[in-house]
Amino acid sequence: MAAIFELGEAASLMSREVAGDFPDARGRFGPYGGRYVPETLVPAHERLEAGVKRWLRDPQFVAELDDQLATWAGRPTALTYAPSLSSRWGAEIYLKREDLAHTGAHKINNAIGQALLAKRLGAKRIVAETGAGQHGVATAAACARLGLPCTVYMGAIDCERQAPNVGRMKLLGATVVPVTNGDQTLRSAIDEAMRDWVSDPTDTYYLLGSAVGPHPYPYLVRELQSVIGRESKTQMMRQTGGLPNAVFACVGGGSNSIGMFYPFVPDRAVELIGLEAGGRGAALGDNSATLTLGRPGVLQGSYSMLLQDADGQIQETHSVSAGLDYPGVGPEHSLLMSIGRVRYESATDDEALEALSECGRQEGILSAIETAHAFVGARRYAATHPGSKILVCLSGRGDKDMPTLQKTLLKGQL
Amino acid sequence: MTSSVANHLTSHESIGAAIHAAKARGEPAIVAFMTAGFPSPAHFQEDLRQVAAAADVVEIGVPFTDPMADGMTIQRASHVALTQGVSLSWILSQLTSMTPRPKAPLLLMSYLNPLLAFGLDRLPKAAREAGVSGFIVPDLPFEESTEMRAALTAEGVGLVQMVSPVTPTERLRTLCAAGQGFIYAVTMTGTTGKNVAVPDEVIEYLDRVSASATVPVCAGFGIRDRQQVLRLKEHVSGVVVGSALVEVLERRDDPAAFIRSLRGQ
Ligand SMILES: Cc1ncc(COP(=O)(O)O)c(C=O)c1O
Repeated sequence: MAAIFELGEAASLMSREVAGDFPDARGRFGPYGGRYVPETLVPAHERLEAGVKRWLRDPQFVAELDDQLATWAGRPTALTYAPSLSSRWGAEIYLKREDLAHTGAHKINNAIGQALLAKRLGAKRIVAETGAGQHGVATAAACARLGLPCTVYMGAIDCERQAPNVGRMKLLGATVVPVTNGDQTLRSAIDEAMRDWVSDPTDTYYLLGSAVGPHPYPYLVRELQSVIGRESKTQMMRQTGGLPNAVFACVGGGSNSIGMFYPFVPDRAVELIGLEAGGRGAALGDNSATLTLGRPGVLQGSYSMLLQDADGQIQETHSVSAGLDYPGVGPEHSLLMSIGRVRYESATDDEALEALSECGRQEGILSAIETAHAFVGARRYAATHPGSKILVCLSGRGDKDMPTLQKTLLKGQL
Repeated sequence: MTSSVANHLTSHESIGAAIHAAKARGEPAIVAFMTAGFPSPAHFQEDLRQVAAAADVVEIGVPFTDPMADGMTIQRASHVALTQGVSLSWILSQLTSMTPRPKAPLLLMSYLNPLLAFGLDRLPKAAREAGVSGFIVPDLPFEESTEMRAALTAEGVGLVQMVSPVTPTERLRTLCAAGQGFIYAVTMTGTTGKNVAVPDEVIEYLDRVSASATVPVCAGFGIRDRQQVLRLKEHVSGVVVGSALVEVLERRDDPAAFIRSLRGQ
């Protein structure tokens, strides 16, 4: 199960990915993915897989989801031309405004879709994990909308740095459980949500927030988030008369990025670039740059790239942004990297904070710190590709980041 | 069981033989779980010697950073062991250097990633040389286990199959047919460590598992006292005792006395 393939094999995996063959019947994206779960959760995953097959393309389900997205979640979101960044960076910059979606990030696309599915599957309660709190807020909102009780697990460190979102979840009727074991961030929150689910695998639905985890989650989340890329393509054609030269998105678990990239995968002339959290630097433990610095392994149900030590123990990670602070990544990204269809780079904490500040002052948009990593990639690309047309996935808004921003960009100012 | 009998068996068959031998004495076999190197790596060999002298089979836990099927006790034990430098390589070298070797068959209980990092090419031989008869891998379901099973079996090392109260009947047959050593019947949905009362439907489920299995069935998750052992006695060949024993070791109480108490001695 090598990470880098022979040229011929990479070419054949590329044509299968372009043809939409992945995940295959075993839940694999080439060698990546699969379903590594305790026996108690196997029947629940089989039911979920059957439910996904039954409902995701069902005309009535699709109509109901589209209606929720349009009338409740505020889709389609705008595509915004950024004149000031364009002139400063020497390229044409377009922003796909997921910050304008209900609850303030792309997470709502997945949350409302899965909550509708959970209803169809007869779930009596929902559990979810959250890092930045955006998925937790989106899930709490979707559950309130559909009348489902909701419990959200959140690492104690994240509860502190994303405090505004803890309050929002509570106001939306969710129970928030701070997780004080493990690394106290997103990874421990997923472990704890899985432990909850394993205690009640029949009536509880686990509403996973990124394109990670056991099959069928990476597929399900990609399908629900692909609305970002589909809308973007249509809007780029309509507003600019053609596709962009390059598309940028930040990569935590990889849901906003796979949603943006997937519809562009067949458009081979369009460069796709994912930005991971470079944190404080390249040393083990100082970043969350899983694809750039990791090795393949199994964590939380899936075979994918992973930040781990020589003994296969999962590394503590660091990022100024809670949503990117995760040692794993969705299996489809591991495939897209190894076949060379998407390039992955990293941006440091400082670079991301500076880019957040620049976008705020220049365009009047305060983005999430996660998103700001994507700006760093776009600015770098513009420097070497002057005049090019660049699309950036503005995955969410920065209100949740005020506790961190007070301690960094605003330090000593208030 | 004498060692001359064990010599005629492949390594994983010795597990079933030890369980049958206990059952023949009129008591369910005690499969004792301990986290390697907890509470102290310096005491590992001595703790193991005491546990192995009293139990019929010993399951040694390889610590992992993300033990998602485990409750608080084993999570904590895992974490402490890791901070004290315990790894799979360390465990194998400790087992290899033990003299005399424990008589009870040994199993390693490990999440998949430490095994992958060690290398599926090296693992089976290293395990056999360390006297390990089988593996329990809680995040490796049957569908993903082909490669691991083939690699281990080539060295006579077994892969224990877990089954759960929510496993459908058809699937239960497949899993029971694939199991080596023993079938690990999880007594409840949930993580390790909680005390369970063993309701009637769990007994019915254990009877169903026993009817399908060709190797002995052991019940585990939440077993803490003689009362539960008596309740399970007629329905399984053995019981797995994990968190309760880890707590005994943590308090530095006598593990052999605790294991004897489960047998009513
Ligand atoms: C605004 C925003 N962007 C990006 C992410 C990263 O997640 P993903 O990689 O799944 O899109 C998060 C996660 O919480 C987020 O809140």
